[in-house]
Amino acid sequence: MPSDPLVAQHVLEFPGGYTRTTGPVIGRFLSELRGRRIVGVRTNEGKVLVPPLEYDPATGEPVTAEYVEVGPAGTVTTWAWVDEPLEGHPLDRPFAWALIKLDGADTALLHAVDAGNAKALAVGARVWPVWSDRPTGHIRDISHFAPEVTKIVSSVRAEYRLQAGGALRVFLEGVRRGVFLGGRCESCDKVYVPYRASCPECGSGIADTLELPDTGTITTFAINNLPDPRAPQVPFVSAYILLDNADIPMIALIGDVPAHEVRQGMRVRAVWVPESERTASMSNIRWFAPTGEPDVELS
Amino acid sequence: MRDVAIVAFAQTRHTDHDAGQTEPELILPVIDEVKERTGLKRFGFTCSGSCDYLAGAPFSFVSALDALGAWPPISESHVEMDGAWALYEAWVRLQHGDIDSALVYGFGKSSLGDLNTIMTIQLDPYYLAPLGLDLLSYAALQAGAVGADRKELDEIVRRSRADGRANPYALDLPDPDGEDFAVQPLKKTDVPPITDGAAAIVLAAGDLARELCPNPAYIRGIAHRIEPHYLGMRDLSTSASAADAARAAGVGKGPVEVAELHAQFPHEEIILRRALELPGETVINPSGGPLAANPVMATGLIRIGEAARRILDGDASRTVGHAAGGPCLQHNLVTVLEA
Repeated sequence: MPSDPLVAQHVLEFPGGYTRTTGPVIGRFLSELRGRRIVGVRTNEGKVLVPPLEYDPATGEPVTAEYVEVGPAGTVTTWAWVDEPLEGHPLDRPFAWALIKLDGADTALLHAVDAGNAKALAVGARVWPVWSDRPTGHIRDISHFAPEVTKIVSSVRAEYRLQAGGALRVFLEGVRRGVFLGGRCESCDKVYVPYRASCPECGSGIADTLELPDTGTITTFAINNLPDPRAPQVPFVSAYILLDNADIPMIALIGDVPAHEVRQGMRVRAVWVPESERTASMSNIRWFAPTGEPDVELS
Repeated sequence: MRDVAIVAFAQTRHTDHDAGQTEPELILPVIDEVKERTGLKRFGFTCSGSCDYLAGAPFSFVSALDALGAWPPISESHVEMDGAWALYEAWVRLQHGDIDSALVYGFGKSSLGDLNTIMTIQLDPYYLAPLGLDLLSYAALQAGAVGADRKELDEIVRRSRADGRANPYALDLPDPDGEDFAVQPLKKTDVPPITDGAAAIVLAAGDLARELCPNPAYIRGIAHRIEPHYLGMRDLSTSASAADAARAAGVGKGPVEVAELHAQFPHEEIILRRALELPGETVINPSGGPLAANPVMATGLIRIGEAARRILDGDASRTVGHAAGGPCLQHNLVTVLEA
């Protein structure tokens, strides 16, 4: 369109800005802002107006000369969310406009709140001012408000050294050979896998190991949508697998099958890493994959 | 009080774009139309409403006077606001008793600039304008304060747009769909259309009203009230000034068949319906209202004109026209019209 000679662009502007006097009341507020304080003015009826006006908006009476420091925190009473900030807005990223009733004030101040996203803000939210680097006596000496600090993130890290002795060592040595070892409790007649030294039901010792096949049945499973360094892909499936001849299921990953096709009763077999890469570790088993046999009816 | 009536109303076929007309060219047809309807060539008083910031040209309302033969001894005035307030001034002037007729007009081309940010200039220069608070943002703050049901808001937009399609002067706009936000909680379809247009009304007092028109729309009550400008000093979920103006104008003294409300956003209709205490039977904005055509500075005058037209046409006996100005319905003018 600008190439059309009959269309003109024009700008209305006051070069260098338009100078306005503030008067004593607004001037006091702006001067206090320059000192990083927010003040209101008291009306004859005792209300604190923030930002201050020369008159009480309810009665038209002049306000008193009493200035009261308020805030700096306040409570959001009304807000609206801007997804696409305009030039001239206080923030260049999505933000909220909010009416903020500063602590000690009877009216609400309008300003911007940097809350990250709309879900992070609600009526009643507590917000604090974030000051601009060099206050000059202007409403934008408050750069914006930010939600009150209600949580912090602290890092926790401790290192441990674990050693597989006893029954776990026996089981993992079996895994190194490509065999799952379990144990039968003589008194309960139950087969536990992984192999353990005592029966959790009766407390009797379990002396001998028992080799179990690497086939089994899925008893239950979960589809995981959060990435895990040990998992083949997202989503991945972790399942309880009842190895054949065992009485207790073992937890493992399921692979070589789309997540939504995994089902209870599905027959699976362990997929082992090549023999040359095997160690005494559960990473010996890549995952369990469907065998293609018919599903098993679970009791 | 003298009997003062609206005896003629005309409006442009509003456009959603700049049709390239100067302001005198925009208003000339509607002034010619009301002159022809009434047979009047000269008026006891003339008053207009417009806003120079829409055109970005100082005193642009002065050049618009070229459309009406501004030759002495014309008695003329202007309000830098919606033409509805020009009508109020003309009504007051007619109450003086020495003249019997007045021409009122309002006009605006909101297509020339970015109306959303131009309306920032109307805000106070110390606390609000320096934040760059724009029209959609402050309207969204009020929508948030109202907290209206989304279905009710969509229904208001749908009804307004459907009525607008049946109104040859309004715009043909699609029904609301989608969830695109302008400024949350306002959806893009809640935003009134950019519109260029103008309107004119003739007022006549005493016997002249009946001579000029078979069904004059008598102004039985007219009042305006204003609230504090600063948004944080008001309860944005209600409109105390609209309620006060409605009581002063006597809206509740009889049934209201039609109410034309200057509700630019659907939540404003909810606020105004409550403030004016309009019963469910009252038909709201059968013209489509500002959601179907919003020629800024004429929109309020058109509400009064549309309310009067129902009486001029003989379709209604008691109607209400409402106009608003300032951010978030700060200033409200309510007119009760009767056959």
